[in-house]
Amino acid sequence: MAHEHKLEIFRGLVKFKSNQSKIWGVFAFLSIVTIIEVALGIIKPEFLIENRFLAMKLLNWVFIILTIVKAYYITWDFMHMRDELSSLRRAVVWTAIFLICYLVLILLIEGDYIFDVYKSNYVKFDF
Amino acid sequence: MDATVVKTGTEGKTWGGGNRPLNASYGKLMMWFFIVSDALTFSGFLASYGFSRFKFIDSWPIADEVFTHFPFLHGVDAPMYYVAFMTFILIFSSVTMVLAVDAGHKMQRNKVVVYLFLTIIGGLIFVGSQAWEWATFIKGDYGAVETKGGKILQFLNTEGDRVAIADFAIPIATAKEKHTEGNGVWYMEESTQTSFSYEEVKAGFLANENLLIRSQELVPDMARLRASELPEDKREVARLERSYINLDATGEKAIYNREIGVQKLMNDGKLVVEGANLKHNEYGTALFADFFFFITGFHGFHVFSGVIFNLIIFFNVVIGTYDKRGSYEMVEKVGLYWHFVDLVWVFVFTFFYLV
Repeated sequence: MAHEHKLEIFRGLVKFKSNQSKIWGVFAFLSIVTIIEVALGIIKPEFLIENRFLAMKLLNWVFIILTIVKAYYITWDFMHMRDELSSLRRAVVWTAIFLICYLVLILLIEGDYIFDVYKSNYVKFDF
Repeated sequence: MDATVVKTGTEGKTWGGGNRPLNASYGKLMMWFFIVSDALTFSGFLASYGFSRFKFIDSWPIADEVFTHFPFLHGVDAPMYYVAFMTFILIFSSVTMVLAVDAGHKMQRNKVVVYLFLTIIGGLIFVGSQAWEWATFIKGDYGAVETKGGKILQFLNTEGDRVAIADFAIPIATAKEKHTEGNGVWYMEESTQTSFSYEEVKAGFLANENLLIRSQELVPDMARLRASELPEDKREVARLERSYINLDATGEKAIYNREIGVQKLMNDGKLVVEGANLKHNEYGTALFADFFFFITGFHGFHVFSGVIFNLIIFFNVVIGTYDKRGSYEMVEKVGLYWHFVDLVWVFVFTFFYLV
């Protein structure tokens, strides 16, 4: 493996001088994202809880998007995905993303269906 | 040996073998294979958690009310701080791991030793924290009553604060003792008894007019429900208004009025639950505890085995194995695994504690 590292993150917006300083930079970024998540989780702003997008609270969208952002930087910079060939990158990332999206979609739709059955059935289950 | 090696005559040609089309060594590629398959395993777990949660979307426990403890801070309500601390520990141990990999590329043995050591310490702190989190969850804090249908009834005072069953239960003198193997039929024994029986809690609740019962159900968006013209929605509104007193608190657990609370406890109550295990969970549906134990347990097992791998390569680095080999790629491969464990935790953290 070549030992050269791509030292730019945020599409070249931030460029580091060495791999070590890039690691610390990514760590700082991940910490900030985590702090934002925890702060939002504790404060729970009204605006983000009351409004929904695609049947999900905006707050949950924020959490999930920030999680994916964190996952991206862990994979790309800590696991050096940024330095691998695009063929390896795609083989790993798209396989996982496709299968996970498929699984999650099916199971969540099914779970929601069962909720409806429980809710509107003729069998008493709250006893 | 030369005599036994069969040459194919294709060495150096495209199909002669030895190519690395992905520019990664065999070991690294196999580690990526493993990571993809393990990622699918974990997403299977998290997706089934989502399935169960959607199934009970109107009564799922609120994580903020379950994980409110911090070591050495007794009685302080500190939701999420402890998990946030655990997350930082794991991210930081990921940083020291990637620094070890970086030092390995430069063949700086002493630096690799230091960074790997820090990584192992971080991993151990994380596993220890998880053990504490489990112990707190298993022990529970207020106690609750489980109904015949497996629903959880929790107790509140009129201000809406939780009340522990120990604070109001009236002890009834009985000869009931835990049945152990030493007495009676040798192969029969009883599981741990709760500190108060259902009868004692019932007596205490009836004697104390200022206690209320909270159900597992979450208050729905009443404005939307009241605006609806559908007959089933009208019935639902009538049911909710008959039973609960806090219908303005959308998304919080609904509180029965006193009469309904008494009825629920008298007619449906069955046993006292303290803490959580795989069958009972004082915080709400038992599935929540099952998934908590299963997913964080499986992840904790990954962290534990990661610590073992790190220890093995740590000693290998110390005795100079990779210097002799001329490459620190093994550190990189184990590093990939370690970062993956961190990656999984990021998702577990979101879906268990935040969402």
